[in-house]
Amino acid sequence: MILRAARSEHATGWLFVAPAVILIGIFGVIPIGWSLILSFQHNDLLSPPTWVGLDNYKALKDDPVFIDSVKRTIVYTVLFVPLSVGGALVIALALNAPLRLGTFYRTAVFIPVATSTVATGIIFNWLMEPTYGVLNYLLSKVGIGPEGFFQDPDQALYCIVAMTVWGWLGFNVIIYLAALQGVPEELLEAARIDGCGRLATLRHVIWPLLGPATLFLVVWSTINALQVFDEIYVTTHGGPLHATTVIVYYLYQQAFEFFHGGYGAAIAYVLFAATLVISLIQLWYGSRRVHYTS
Amino acid sequence: MTRLPFSPRHLFLMPLAALMLLPLYWMVLTSLQTLPDARHFPPHLLPTSITWENYPNAWNAAPFGRFFANSLIVTGSAVLGNLVFCSLAGYAFARLRFFGRDVIFVVLLATLMVPFQVVMIPTFLIVQKLSLADSLTALALPNLVTPFGIFLLRQFFRTLPVELEEAARIDGCSRLGVLWRVVLPLSGPALATLAVVTFLWTWNDFLWPLIVITSTDHNTVQLGLANFQGAHLTNWTLLMAGNVMSLAPMLIVFIVAQRFFVRSIAASGIKG
Repeated sequence: MILRAARSEHATGWLFVAPAVILIGIFGVIPIGWSLILSFQHNDLLSPPTWVGLDNYKALKDDPVFIDSVKRTIVYTVLFVPLSVGGALVIALALNAPLRLGTFYRTAVFIPVATSTVATGIIFNWLMEPTYGVLNYLLSKVGIGPEGFFQDPDQALYCIVAMTVWGWLGFNVIIYLAALQGVPEELLEAARIDGCGRLATLRHVIWPLLGPATLFLVVWSTINALQVFDEIYVTTHGGPLHATTVIVYYLYQQAFEFFHGGYGAAIAYVLFAATLVISLIQLWYGSRRVHYTS
Repeated sequence: MTRLPFSPRHLFLMPLAALMLLPLYWMVLTSLQTLPDARHFPPHLLPTSITWENYPNAWNAAPFGRFFANSLIVTGSAVLGNLVFCSLAGYAFARLRFFGRDVIFVVLLATLMVPFQVVMIPTFLIVQKLSLADSLTALALPNLVTPFGIFLLRQFFRTLPVELEEAARIDGCSRLGVLWRVVLPLSGPALATLAVVTFLWTWNDFLWPLIVITSTDHNTVQLGLANFQGAHLTNWTLLMAGNVMSLAPMLIVFIVAQRFFVRSIAASGIKG
């Protein structure tokens, strides 16, 4: 009797997870191994692949476009993460207490979250249009410009940073606001009674309590920054003069424009390894400094 | 010292709100102007004349109705698939003891760490081998169940009191019955979070459709919009009208149900 019940629990369990196991197996697990195999092949995505060993990785090492794409991705990430996370912290702190027009401010900050990356790109193409764009007009009011923005190789990457920070701030603010809700009123009161000023309260009470949220946002924003693609595809197509060809853009080009599937897979695996190592370092460093209360 | 008649935070938040809203304001404004007006320099910051013609023009220049239908089919399938399959799997992982459970769970969770870009080439090859290239099925299938959803629901189900389920079992309810009649009715917030996040994610997804879809008839809203831009590069009024049409449904839903969206994103962000 007990045995039969136990056996039926095995069967039920497997039945319940079967759809998930099959689908994630096919589209999640198999591609991880296949991608690694691909990276040792020459594969044009159509004809039968040939084995080339480590050739793809060796070629990557000597590919100046790839090396530069890595550098650009690093520059992008180093700018994007602090700006979007730090900016969100400041905004969340300003929004946290009741305020007239509070709902309006929140909506203004959150709206880009619902704006797709493609639409964002098209809007910024227009805002930053060098001849008729409103941004050059506004800048001329303070004596700057006219600028080339996306069409200027020296500016394009920074314009991508500005555009994506606009798009991501709202998400980060939502996470920080939720974390701020979890700061216990008693602690703030205790700090006040002990004569703690506003800045001191922020630094010694609120900031440590926001640790888990900050760690999550830094890790998550870094992962997303290393994979930036959509906005670049829609605005600059990696140009001008490769100025915005980041890793994933180059990966896309190699795989789906030049049909170098094996080479693309090698880029993908380098990106994967880098993402994993960076995330683990962040989590390791964070786990020593962040304290989880509950 | 005289106090400001309003909180100093307004001095920061007001320009910030202007900065956040400017791109969207400019999009709407341009979509309501004639091309010569929109190309006027210096630009008119307030509308000088209003015309609606860009909207029917954009609607006729590309099959936006089709794009919406496609996006709705793909997104609807993904939301429904996740609700059903992640509930089943999440419940099994939370409550049932079966052979290999922990190993499978760890493997599924591990796939959560692998960015889509890393596996997109073989995923494309798999879709090609299944003869699904350039189909809506290819867009929906990989999104029908996500490790994120399984994890989210498993964690939530584990917080529910197990006594309720045991009582239902003693009364002769099957496992499926327990899930359907006891567990899911108590899981509204978690299911809503999963639905909202899946909806946002699938609706705005761009890279996968870009790779898989070749025919215009199978474009989603995002892919269709990107191709629309490619076809009308400097026709800014037409582009902005298309942009507004593509964004309007999502923005309206978002603004109306803002609290709901925000709570869902916060819940999934912290726990995911």
